[in-house]
Amino acid sequence: MDFTYDDEQEALRDAVRGLLGRAYGDFEQRRKTVASEPGFDESLWQRLAEMGVLGLPFAEEDGGMGAGPVEVALVSEELGRVLAPEPFLTSVVLAGGLVAAVGEPEQRAAVLPALAEGSLLPTFAHLEPGSRWSATATAVTATRDDDGDGWRLAGVKEPVPHGARADLLVVSAALPDGGTGLFLVETSAEGLTREGYATHDGGRAARVTFAGTAARPLGEPGTDRTAAIELTWDTARIAACHEALGAMSFALDTTTDYLKSRKQFGVTLNKFQALTFRAADLYVSLELARSVAAWATLVLLDGAESQVGEAAARASLQVSRAGRHIGQEAIQLHGGIGMTAEYSVGHYTSHLTALEHLLGDGRLHLARLAAGVGDHDEVDPLP
Amino acid sequence: MRLELSPEDAAFREEMRTFFTTRVPQEIRDTVAAGRELTKDQIVESQRTLNAAGLAVPGWPVEWGGQDWTPLQRHIWHEEMQRACVPLPLAFNASMVGPVIATFGSQEQKERFLPATANLDIWWSQGFSEPDAGSDLASLRTTAVRDGDEWVVNGQKTWTTLGQYGDWIFNLVRTDPDAPKRQQGISFLLIDMSTPGVTVRPIELIDGGHEVNEVFFEDVRVPAENLVGEENKGWDYAKFLLGNERVGVAPVGATKRMLAAAKAHAATAGPGGTSLLEDPLVAAQVAELENELLALELTALRVVAHSTDGKPHPASSVLKLKGTELQQAVSELVVDLAGPASLASGAGAGSDLPEWTRLATPTYLNLRKASIYGGSNEVQRQIIAGTILGL
Repeated sequence: MDFTYDDEQEALRDAVRGLLGRAYGDFEQRRKTVASEPGFDESLWQRLAEMGVLGLPFAEEDGGMGAGPVEVALVSEELGRVLAPEPFLTSVVLAGGLVAAVGEPEQRAAVLPALAEGSLLPTFAHLEPGSRWSATATAVTATRDDDGDGWRLAGVKEPVPHGARADLLVVSAALPDGGTGLFLVETSAEGLTREGYATHDGGRAARVTFAGTAARPLGEPGTDRTAAIELTWDTARIAACHEALGAMSFALDTTTDYLKSRKQFGVTLNKFQALTFRAADLYVSLELARSVAAWATLVLLDGAESQVGEAAARASLQVSRAGRHIGQEAIQLHGGIGMTAEYSVGHYTSHLTALEHLLGDGRLHLARLAAGVGDHDEVDPLP
Repeated sequence: MRLELSPEDAAFREEMRTFFTTRVPQEIRDTVAAGRELTKDQIVESQRTLNAAGLAVPGWPVEWGGQDWTPLQRHIWHEEMQRACVPLPLAFNASMVGPVIATFGSQEQKERFLPATANLDIWWSQGFSEPDAGSDLASLRTTAVRDGDEWVVNGQKTWTTLGQYGDWIFNLVRTDPDAPKRQQGISFLLIDMSTPGVTVRPIELIDGGHEVNEVFFEDVRVPAENLVGEENKGWDYAKFLLGNERVGVAPVGATKRMLAAAKAHAATAGPGGTSLLEDPLVAAQVAELENELLALELTALRVVAHSTDGKPHPASSVLKLKGTELQQAVSELVVDLAGPASLASGAGAGSDLPEWTRLATPTYLNLRKASIYGGSNEVQRQIIAGTILGL
């Protein structure tokens, strides 16, 4: 067992950290970026593409870098550290991941190289009003045209991450004969309406309405894709855990710096044991979460597909607990300034909350794990 | 990054697993599995079985019975022992006084004590804590005054675990009361507990058991050659020893086993023999504990993997703190699973209630100690805040 990055991975991390540090090292720049449309920095997105980051998880024959979950994890952590609003998780890991997983060769060729070079931004339109985090779709339905060739979608998807800015939608929809299919929808298609808005953490989402909108099946038509959605969703959950780790790590660093510099009652706050002990507990939460997230990434890299769901649930549960602990305490230990929009730490808490609710919260993952407690004696992390 | 063990480490794990599950007497392992108290003879027999195979003191220098293992191999050895319900080698011997003598003792001391210590021919007790020197160890007051070829020791030690079995006791004693700092003027002294003037008195604990003791020294005359290392350098040796104590301090394997046993018991502990695991609140609590234990185990592996360069991984401070919290939490779950049957702690073997339910509360109460000894969890928080976070 080995939890260390190799030289190439270290180099990638340093390059990404350098680029993101120049873009968002000053939190004011991040505030400006999320305050204007499309909510992220298009030029930074291009530079990430040039660095190869946007094609990381895709095969070289699909125009990608042929890298794996470890590289995705370390990029995610760096994005989380500066709270970068760029849609790496939703467009590359989720939407791109689904195209790579189930797309026909010509669909992969049309989407993945363009995504990798930054010229096409896809997103995954899956969440529905009332669906919570189900892998199946019900609010959007797919029907086959009378001639039997074309497909049309009807219904509402909301919230769709970056749904207004996206150039291409990967849409899940209930199939006429049961199951959930995946479709590609052009944003110029007739009968497609998009209403974008900002999310509480400065991200972007949209309400997307389909009214007899033409759609092309992703992969073999009429096939139930529930399993592929669940697996890609779990893959994204593991990446999101690393994004959260980056955010938690920054929030803890900022909080400890604050405790060392802020004076109250004539002394710096770190003279108060009630506060330093709470900071120590935050460190414990962070390190435990880091261990499980790193392990889940290795399961994704090496383990059987059947083990990925459980690993994602374990990492997500631990990160959910840690994210709430660190996020809430970071604000509390800062006092009033932690509540202000001008200061960074509250935004970290907001984003940690958003990540969890995009992909499934601690309760969901605890329920997944609780359902299986009788199936094993002990949990053994080693294969 | 890599998930699996190397083939060599996987083979090593298999070797340990086989040894522990086939060579250590089943009756001893059953006693541990049931959570019953081990007798002195069982502890001694188990350690001698390990020592005969070179598995009692792997962390010692090779010439004194140690093994030239990697930190990961030592971790595997430690975890597999707990997994197989094998009693760990007596900590006072194997991880405390042994390494101190091997590192700082004279050649005569090494030859005289180390083989006997590894084989548990000598049962050591620890004489560090005093009534006014617990976590604040440097304030200890027991004195040793030089008189010719002997030290004359006076004072009192307390919380001496299993001191009732002790043949010898290793002590921190004040040899220079005028030293400018409290940490100075302390020496490390080995005392034969059968020497006149040594009195051991039991302390009864809330679980009803006799595990710790007070030890009184009244004009106890100790040969000068029993001083380890240099006079007044005892604090350095104690720090070295306490550093060793933190290795493997998170009882991951034992707590996992306790939780697995709790699940097995829960499967029939509901009304009419139904499974309590069907209760969603119980299932959620178990799942949460299993996840936290996984996080702890993986953190221990991260620490092990990174301590090869000789510097301890910062996350190692997490292990004692979280390890003992989880150990306590699992014992609390077991009490709750036992429910009203847990009241029958005083019932004998004729009881209709299962043994595990009768042991549940004494174990839970006994384990309250875990967050107090070995540097209380408040001390651990102080270390994390000060050393790691720089607060």
